[in-house]
Amino acid sequence: MAKSEAVFSFTKVSASRRIRDIKEKAIEVVLFLAASVSVLTTVGIIFLLIEESVLFFQKVSFWEFITGTEWTPLFAEPSYGIWALLSGTITTSAIALVVSIPMGTIIAIYLSEFASPKLREICKPILELLAAIPTVVYGYFALLFVTPLLQKIFPELPGFNMLSAGIVMGLMIVPLVSSLSEDAMRAVPVSLREGSMAMGATKLQTAIRVVFPAAISGIIASYILAASRAVGETMIVAVAAGLQPNFTFNPLKSAATVTAYIVQVSLGDLPRGTLEYQTIFAAGLALFVMTLILNIIGYLLAKRYREIY
Amino acid sequence: MTNWSIEELRENIKRRQIVSQIFAILGLLLIFFALFTLLALTVKMFIDGLPRLSWKFFFSFPSRKPEEAGIFAAWVGTAVVMMMTAVFAIPIGVASGIYLEEYGKKGWLAALIEVNISNLAGVPSIIYGLLALGLFVQDWNLGESILTAGLTLSLLILPVIVVATREAIRAIPNSLREAAYALGASKWQVIWDHLLPYSLGSILTGIIVALSRAIGETAPLITIGALTFIAFLPDPPFTSQFPYISFAWLKSPFTVMPIQMFNWVSRPQAAFQANAAAAGAVLVVMTLLMNGLAIYLRYRLRKGLKW
Repeated sequence: MAKSEAVFSFTKVSASRRIRDIKEKAIEVVLFLAASVSVLTTVGIIFLLIEESVLFFQKVSFWEFITGTEWTPLFAEPSYGIWALLSGTITTSAIALVVSIPMGTIIAIYLSEFASPKLREICKPILELLAAIPTVVYGYFALLFVTPLLQKIFPELPGFNMLSAGIVMGLMIVPLVSSLSEDAMRAVPVSLREGSMAMGATKLQTAIRVVFPAAISGIIASYILAASRAVGETMIVAVAAGLQPNFTFNPLKSAATVTAYIVQVSLGDLPRGTLEYQTIFAAGLALFVMTLILNIIGYLLAKRYREIY
Repeated sequence: MTNWSIEELRENIKRRQIVSQIFAILGLLLIFFALFTLLALTVKMFIDGLPRLSWKFFFSFPSRKPEEAGIFAAWVGTAVVMMMTAVFAIPIGVASGIYLEEYGKKGWLAALIEVNISNLAGVPSIIYGLLALGLFVQDWNLGESILTAGLTLSLLILPVIVVATREAIRAIPNSLREAAYALGASKWQVIWDHLLPYSLGSILTGIIVALSRAIGETAPLITIGALTFIAFLPDPPFTSQFPYISFAWLKSPFTVMPIQMFNWVSRPQAAFQANAAAAGAVLVVMTLLMNGLAIYLRYRLRKGLKW
């Protein structure tokens, strides 16, 4: 008995080996199928957005869409000028960047060059909590906390306005900028810092004149990804900036963004095949193209800073 | 420059050091400001919502009368939708991560999947909503259901889980793989018996972070048409008749916490905004708890792991 178990016949081994190989191959195929879900998602997004947008542009001229400044799909004589929505997106995103870039960069420099490792370990995850709060909560905060505060400075400020939505959006994006920039700055070799300090530079001079330029592509990548995030942000602007399309770059006014328009249309009933159904896909396509361009630039820049040293 | 006296030089160094110190203080102040924002947000939610936070609020359905409205349908909906999301996203996400890290290191296909995932992570969430509206709701006819919501949110958080899985597996030193191979283990045996158990903690952390993001997502669910008046719970999964298990709940309409909050905040009456704040307070506590757990896990893991 012991003999028959201990001594495998050659054929037995190769048979079990073959079964094992088949099993291994099957597992690899299953894993590959799982990995391809993400590719199918992208294909699905692009296909659907283009499919419905093509139907849209059969009824509306492409030229009017990308140059018009009136967005009135519900009027008797509707016009579809995306700039009425883009102006809102650009204005709120610009305000968000004005808040998040300086704040995020200074925090990143502080955490990377000044703070002790212990402080950094504590601060980073807590800062990142800012990005974890649901955006609809930020919307409430912008509408009912920040706007009343701002109304003390600008008494004529309407209840819905792009300024407060943009500021709150900026605060939400701060951890994105600070974390990515800090990673980029910490990737700069210590020898560069030591060289600079040996020449008598202070920490600040080292940070600004040596570390910052060396990490610049990673830092700019973080700015661009922040811009992409701001452009795509939906709930804060839908709650606090208003849902009325309005061609203006004045932050003290209320205006809908591209994303807020999609939300506003989705709130009603949407039968497929109607022009209204197709408008949100055309608006979505515009949004997708903008964020895709930003993401690709950001991705390439972020990749570059890893390669230099 | 060359003719500076020692006093002038000291003066210069002192001045530059002071500027440097001032900058450090500015950095610290800005961090405090960011933390203050987080605090102000949480406190604001609680102050505005406190009068509404009671047991009754948790077990009442939405109502036309603000003082009778509650979040029963919303939190049950959130729990069920999160379950669906986890069921789809965790196996697919972990499997993709394993494939990319252990199998697909070479070849243009793996490179394509990799670039694709990092781009998907940056696609605005509302675009996923449009995908779900066109594909799940219209083409597949799944309706504005729990199933649609689960599928939508799982696609949305997939990149987070994939990246977390990859990083967790990458952190395991090669010597462990080689030791297992040397003893005759197959590739899958190495993964299943060694790599997965060792990386489980980090993967779990990533899953928690991903799910906490899904809990707060509003825009994609509004796009599929989920903002409706829901004053009932989904169908129960168990029935008294054969076969005792029912999947009708998958197709039932739903609402979730952030949608309920958006619904209330967009009404003009102040009383509804108190409801919105109360729902917001619950949401903030949920996300902070989940993220806190993730931070704690990550901290424990970093301390415990020494290869």
